[in-house]
Amino acid sequence: MRLRAGACAALASVLLATGCATPASQRTEVVVYAAASLNSVFTRLGTEFEASHPGLSVKFSFDGSATLLDQLSAGAPADVLATADEPTMAKAVTAHLIGGAPTVFATNVLTMIVPAGNPAGITGLDRSLEGRKLVVCADGVPCGSATRKLAGLLGVTLHPVSEETKVTDVRAKVETGQADAGIVYVTDARASGDAVESIPIAHADQARNDYLIAVPTSATQPVAAAQFIEFVTGSSGRTALADAGFGG
Amino acid sequence: MIRPALPRWVAVPAAAAAVFLAVPLLAMLVRVPWVRLPALLATPAALDALGLSLRTCVLTTAVSLVLGLPLALVLSRGRGRWASFGRILATVPMVLPPVVAGLALLVALGRRTWLGGTLASAGIDLAFTTAAVVVAQTFVAMPYLVVSVEGALRSARDRYDVVAATLGARPTTVLRRVTLPLVAPAIGSGAALSFARALGEFGATITFAGSLQGTTRTLPLEIYLQREVDTDTAIALSVVLVAIAALLVAATARLGRTGSVPS
Repeated sequence: MRLRAGACAALASVLLATGCATPASQRTEVVVYAAASLNSVFTRLGTEFEASHPGLSVKFSFDGSATLLDQLSAGAPADVLATADEPTMAKAVTAHLIGGAPTVFATNVLTMIVPAGNPAGITGLDRSLEGRKLVVCADGVPCGSATRKLAGLLGVTLHPVSEETKVTDVRAKVETGQADAGIVYVTDARASGDAVESIPIAHADQARNDYLIAVPTSATQPVAAAQFIEFVTGSSGRTALADAGFGG
Repeated sequence: MIRPALPRWVAVPAAAAAVFLAVPLLAMLVRVPWVRLPALLATPAALDALGLSLRTCVLTTAVSLVLGLPLALVLSRGRGRWASFGRILATVPMVLPPVVAGLALLVALGRRTWLGGTLASAGIDLAFTTAAVVVAQTFVAMPYLVVSVEGALRSARDRYDVVAATLGARPTTVLRRVTLPLVAPAIGSGAALSFARALGEFGATITFAGSLQGTTRTLPLEIYLQREVDTDTAIALSVVLVAIAALLVAATARLGRTGSVPS
């Protein structure tokens, strides 16, 4: 709230307080359903969007891509849908839940993480993992499908001790040192900060996840939704996404 | 004794409550893909999850009985501050949010902690094992047994145990022949409740034990995963879970009834 007030104050001096003076009730609200991995970067973009678009406000719902799709098909009031993979968006298109063509706005690749200090002496997807505790995402969820694809490309067989449903659960198990190593997105590795160390995986770019964004057919604010998508795919969006570790 | 009649208006909110509780369960039954149900449940992943759940819940119930029953006995005799403290301690895990229970176990028994490290150097590495699932389930399920048995012991008015002791029976004999048989229905219903709670355990398991088919991925964890992958399978497995839980609750109610009849 303080950040927003600050942004408003700064903007007010430039824009003669047009937007910031608008009471919340008179603002057009864009409801954005976005993949959980977009949480911090979209929250930041939402604040910037509101500051540069007087009269518009953004509300987010973050969850796993498949859950978002379930909610949308059950009639959730979303104006924007952003998924962490292509298959989920394709399902939404097939189910006639999406109007226009979805846009790829970011990509994410996998990396290996180990707890700070690398106590188990892991060197990569190699023999150093033998007898060690590796945690990955379960096949079927986006990060797990990418992990399976990458392991296939590299010709390695993984023997994880746990296959998590959410990439953040993999992260948490490495951060706490329960696991010796985990495979997560580079954006998760960056979000973990000093708690983990990254070990890049060769050819990770060949098992890339595409993030797609689109306006659902049921959107009540399609014009404002298009403005938000324009903002995310524009220069502000690209900067914020790159800061968080996403690829263009 | 004939009880006075209830005011008629009570029926309206009562009916609303019953509908509120029944609708979600009925909705799920309607949504079940009945034709594909056998095929959905016969997958290796589903069978592994069901088998693992049943095995771990039996173990959890056994551990709860072996450790929880003595705790209930001690608490039922306890007086004063320490006994109250013990009772609170035995109740808190029942009301903890599941993820909090998992976090608590993690900071107590995790590999990086003193206790977890000591156990690991003794050759007991709990992380990501079926034993960790049993630990997580026991932590949240044992309190049900303790509370249920302790309550029964404290409300048992008849001093049969005193009589037996006066007649010269040794403490172990009194316990085995008199005290425990008197609260047998409470032990049965407490064990069934523990089993049911262990069966539904999710948060502590996923936080503390992980999720791997056949090793740590119990039925609730498989449902959680399938919800992201295939909703039909998730609903089919949910129905199995609901059916087992309903059977357990019915068994508990039966035990409760036999317990209230004076023998």
